[in-house]
Amino acid sequence: MAVQDSASAVGVAGATGPSAGARWRTITLNTYPFVVVGAIWEVVAHSGMFPRKLFPTLEDIARSFIDLTVSGILPHHAIDTLLRLLAGFGLAAIVGLIIGVSMGRSRRAEDIFLPLVSILAPIPGLAYTPLFLLWFGPGEVSAVLLVAFVSMFAVIYNTWTGVKSVKEIWLRSAQAMGADDRRMFSHVILPGALPYILTGLRLGLAQAWRILVAVEMLAAVPWGLGWLIFGAREFLNTDAMMAGVVVIALIGLGLEKYVFQKIEDYTVVRWGMIGAMAP
Amino acid sequence: MVPIEIRDVTLVYDTPGGKVPGVKDVNFNIDASEFVCILGPSGCGKSTLLNIIAGFLAPAAGEILIGGKAVTGHGMDRGVVFQDFAQLFPWRTALGNVAFGLEMKGVPKQERETIAREQLRLVKLEKFVASYPHHLSGGMQQRVAIARALAYNPSVLLMDEPFAALDALTRDDMQRLLADVWRETRKTVIYVTHNVAEAVYLADRVVVMTPHPGTVKMVIPIKLTRPRDPLSVEFLDYQKELLAHLGHGTAETQEHKKANGKAPTTGG
Ligand SMILES: Nc1ncnc2c1ncn2[C@@H]1O[C@H](COP(=O)(O)OP(=O)(O)OP(=O)(O)O)[C@@H](O)[C@H]1O
Ligand SMILES: [Mg+2]
Repeated sequence: MAVQDSASAVGVAGATGPSAGARWRTITLNTYPFVVVGAIWEVVAHSGMFPRKLFPTLEDIARSFIDLTVSGILPHHAIDTLLRLLAGFGLAAIVGLIIGVSMGRSRRAEDIFLPLVSILAPIPGLAYTPLFLLWFGPGEVSAVLLVAFVSMFAVIYNTWTGVKSVKEIWLRSAQAMGADDRRMFSHVILPGALPYILTGLRLGLAQAWRILVAVEMLAAVPWGLGWLIFGAREFLNTDAMMAGVVVIALIGLGLEKYVFQKIEDYTVVRWGMIGAMAP
Repeated sequence: MVPIEIRDVTLVYDTPGGKVPGVKDVNFNIDASEFVCILGPSGCGKSTLLNIIAGFLAPAAGEILIGGKAVTGHGMDRGVVFQDFAQLFPWRTALGNVAFGLEMKGVPKQERETIAREQLRLVKLEKFVASYPHHLSGGMQQRVAIARALAYNPSVLLMDEPFAALDALTRDDMQRLLADVWRETRKTVIYVTHNVAEAVYLADRVVVMTPHPGTVKMVIPIKLTRPRDPLSVEFLDYQKELLAHLGHGTAETQEHKKANGKAPTTGG
């Protein structure tokens, strides 16, 4: 049976882990494209095709990265951005889960929210920015609310789908074993919908990132990576700009690898509800 | 354990395409600790009847009495095992699955784990308490499902073709195991199947249903001592009798008769 084959394959991989050789191979494979792009970048930067000030070498970027980090400026920007991200995304996750679950459980909630979500979700987040700035004024509140609003839709949509796709037979079994409504929800519907919910949170977080960096440029917040990048333009500090971009990439990668992937490995992958990701 | 009375039970499905009869005027009684098989062709309403007894469906007419009390919905006096392997919760280990009903009942963790272990031992899975369902074979998953349905100690066990999706060898093992489990626990069992040999092997009595819309055609007691030998002449005679009553199997019974006629050696 196919299910069993893949299951035992996962079991073996989990038991022994990939060999050291295979591990190095995947690392090489993953870094290879970056090495190529980095080399091209270096060639262009050193060729003098663009002014050095506008197209910094990797050395310049690295130096700027280190200077800004040591002076505490870059960490300050990064922490402010992260806090905003967590506040906005946290709000989106809570509200999104509540709306998504109620849509999945109640016909009436579905009738009310589905049309709204279908219309609002495809609009690019940036289009809402002027409105939020007018309503809530430039600053933190606008930034956090906008992040929350824009990243909420992916959470709502996937949670709704997940709750709807919880297998009827799980509900019946749980009913037969005496689960009341509350425990039906916490012990069956939530874990049953978890693969979708995690996907929704992951997509929502990506949305949150994207909108946050843009909003920081527009909402006149004093600190933040978006602001660092935008402000650096005025003084042609392209190396600082690039350092900001690098931090954004690193944080994004960190959240993906060390938060979402870990949660998935520990839950839905371990339970065989979705396949293991390539290492 | 408790007796079950099924009185004039009728159910009609309302579908967009019109009314579809599920079961019609079903009547029979089950004694306490009796093992009854419901046998009938596909689509005759076996699952419908079992779901009514389980309390998942409300009959349009008639009633079910369990231990003299009318069924109004699902309840913990009944344990249910389905055909689908996917009935187990993938996010719980075998032990967690088996302990689920006890957890709902509010049994303390220590105690429910002890009971769940004991149930898993009963279905010979004591080595797999910590395994998640996706690491178990189909037969093992169904055994966990049986343990799970028994763990909170219902007086009635309802089973809907639990072994139908298994290969023949595994199915034989499962039937033997189920017979043992039943002998130890003495539950009242209603077991749905369309497999004649399975019914003869397991049942005290077999309720034969007519094709769509399902009614009870007849009830046949299997008067064989246990454990039963599927190769004995009496066993085969019961199979033939049931096949004949299934009606649609006339061609098969003809063939059986011919085969018998051609093989005088079996007569000695
Ligand atoms: N949810 C439903 N909605 C409408 N009609 C249904 C539904 N479930 C079953 N039926 C119909 O009721 C009749 C009895 O179905 P049921 O599933 O009880 O048969 P069964 O004897 O269990 O068959 P099988 O051996 O194939 O499982 C069938 O004609 C089927 O089409
Ligand atoms: Mg059926």
